[in-house]
Order: sequence, then C-alpha cells, then structure tokens
Amino acid sequence: MTQYFTLEFITMFTGFVLMVIGIWGMLTQKNLIKIVIGFVLFDAGLNIAIVSIAYIKNSTAPILDKAVDAANAAKLVADPLPQALVLTSIVIGLGVTALMLAYVLRMYKEKKSLDINSYTDLKW
Amino acid sequence: MVKKGLILLILVGFVAIISNLLINFTGSEELNPLAKHYAEKGATEVGAANLVTAVVVTYRGFDTLGEVTILFLTAAIVGFFLKVYHRDNQREEKLRKTSEILVTASTLLVPTIFMLGVYIFINGHLTPGGGFQGGAVIATGVVMMIMAKPNVTFNHKLLALLESISGVGFVAIGVLGVLLAAGFLDSTLLPMGKFGTLLSAGVIPIIYILIGLKVGSELTNILGSLKETQNEI
Repeated sequence: MTQYFTLEFITMFTGFVLMVIGIWGMLTQKNLIKIVIGFVLFDAGLNIAIVSIAYIKNSTAPILDKAVDAANAAKLVADPLPQALVLTSIVIGLGVTALMLAYVLRMYKEKKSLDINSYTDLKW
Repeated sequence: MVKKGLILLILVGFVAIISNLLINFTGSEELNPLAKHYAEKGATEVGAANLVTAVVVTYRGFDTLGEVTILFLTAAIVGFFLKVYHRDNQREEKLRKTSEILVTASTLLVPTIFMLGVYIFINGHLTPGGGFQGGAVIATGVVMMIMAKPNVTFNHKLLALLESISGVGFVAIGVLGVLLAAGFLDSTLLPMGKFGTLLSAGVIPIIYILIGLKVGSELTNILGSLKETQNEI
C-alpha cells in the first residue's frame, strides 16, 4: 500500500484523473469552448503523467551547479529527456489550442452559435 | 441513451487501460543508460549547465526545429482564419473605459515583463528557462498591454519580419554546424567558454535568443489576430 503514497505515484494519478476529466468533457459538453477546455485538460494531464515518469526517487532538477557537479550528476538528477519532450508538448499544445479557438471564432461568425448541435454539415 | 452508453463505454475503456499502467507503476530508482549519458557527458559535450536545455537544443535539436515549425504553422493558420476584412474602430468607442489601476500598472509592468522574458531566454542554458518560456512571458506582457489599451494595434509586418529572420537564423546555424562542426545544430560551432558563465555552451545562447524572439513574435501575432477579429463579431 505504501507504494501508492509516493510523490511520483500521486503525480501520475493526478495526471490520469485530469486526462479522464478531459475526455469526459470533450465527449459530453455541447459548448464549443467547453470542448476546447476538455482538450486542454487532457493535454495538461498527459504532460503531468510524462513528467512523473521522469522522476527518480529523491532526485533534484537536472541543472548542474555547486550542489550538483558533473562527476556525480548521474546519481542526483532526474531524467532530463521526458522533461525536454514535455517542453515540446506544452508549446505544441498551446499552438493547437490557439488554432482550435480560432476555428471556434470562425464558426461562431458563420452561424452565431456555440452549440455543437447547430453544426450538422458533416453529420450523416 | 445509446449515445450516453457509448460515452460511458469509452470512458470505462480508457480508465481500464490507464489503471493497469498506474497500478504497476512504481517509479524508477536510477537513470536509464541514455539519461545517464546526458547527465555525465552533457557538461563536457555541450557545455550547458541546464541539462534540459542541452537535450532540447543540441541532443534533440531537430525535434525543436520541428516544434518551432509547428508553432509557425499554427500562427500562420490562425492568421489566415482570422483575416480582418474591414478594420473599423467603431467598436472601441462602445467599450467600457479601462480602469486607471490597470493602465497605470501596465505602464510600469509591461517593460519589466518584457525584460524578464529577455532575461529568461538569454539565461536558458544556465537556469530553468529558455526560449519557449521567455517567449511565453513576453506574450503575457502583450496580453496586459491589450487589456490596458484595447485599441492598440500591432505591426504585423514587423512581427512577421522578426519571426522570419529568427527562423532563418536558427536553420542557418544548424547548416553551419554541418559545414564547420560535428553535425546539424552542433553546439561546438563557437568556442565553449567557461562552464557556468553567460558566454558558454557554444551556440546554445544564440539559438535560444532566436527561438525566444520567434516564439514571442508568433504568440504576439496570434494574440493580435484574436483581438482584432473580435471587433468584427
């Protein structure tokens, strides 16, 4: 049971909970802006889950200074690679969110409605 | 009803997949060999004190180039979708007057926020920070500027020029790395300098300054397009 009260487990659990809330929001909400918010929650949860994989027990940030010198850095720091990938993923998430909001603005301009049910053009 | 059942089914399926991952997750005790290489050799091979920067800019520099391209594409598509057809300033007159606290605070804070952003991307190889974070901080200053002065206009041509110059500079440094150093985006193109000082880590500070300028101007462009379009709706 004690394995469930560690920092990395709680972080990953939070990330997965956010992901489930995000999927629920994307599937059930009718307002276009709320669907975008669901996507953002999913994105944030995924990033938190990836960062929790990078954590090594009792490690510190992967920045070399007086406390962490290059000789024993391998024993002290967290994995820098997932953190770098999350940095990439945050920026791409931001770009995609801005793009979706631009689509929403454009759609609102066409039909003056934010309800997903009023857009039936692609429905079969 | 069928729809709700389907949604429930998707959610339960997703939870089933990830709970299996979660229950067996115990965290790792030590770094894997690749991360160990980054931690041990990063300081001598790349010269950046911040190992995340070493990974982002040099070891995985090609990924970062792709990321910058995606950000450029989204900015371009947002600009295309939110093209302003008739710039009338009728709407500004109808807006409520901005509060004096916000206007006064923004004259003090906006230059400070810009300076903080520049500091973050110049010191990206030494401290937690870098081009993307610095650019995002600069964009928050732009948000404050828009809120304080709703009829502010942006020079999109200048922003596009800044963006193109920094993007071309990034690629040019990468190509110079192929010609003069070990490979594409290699950081040993310039002398390494003393480890831990501002002028160290080869070309990493220059690349991060270019990325910071590019991200800052792209986000400003997106914000400007979003702001100008709301006058039309």
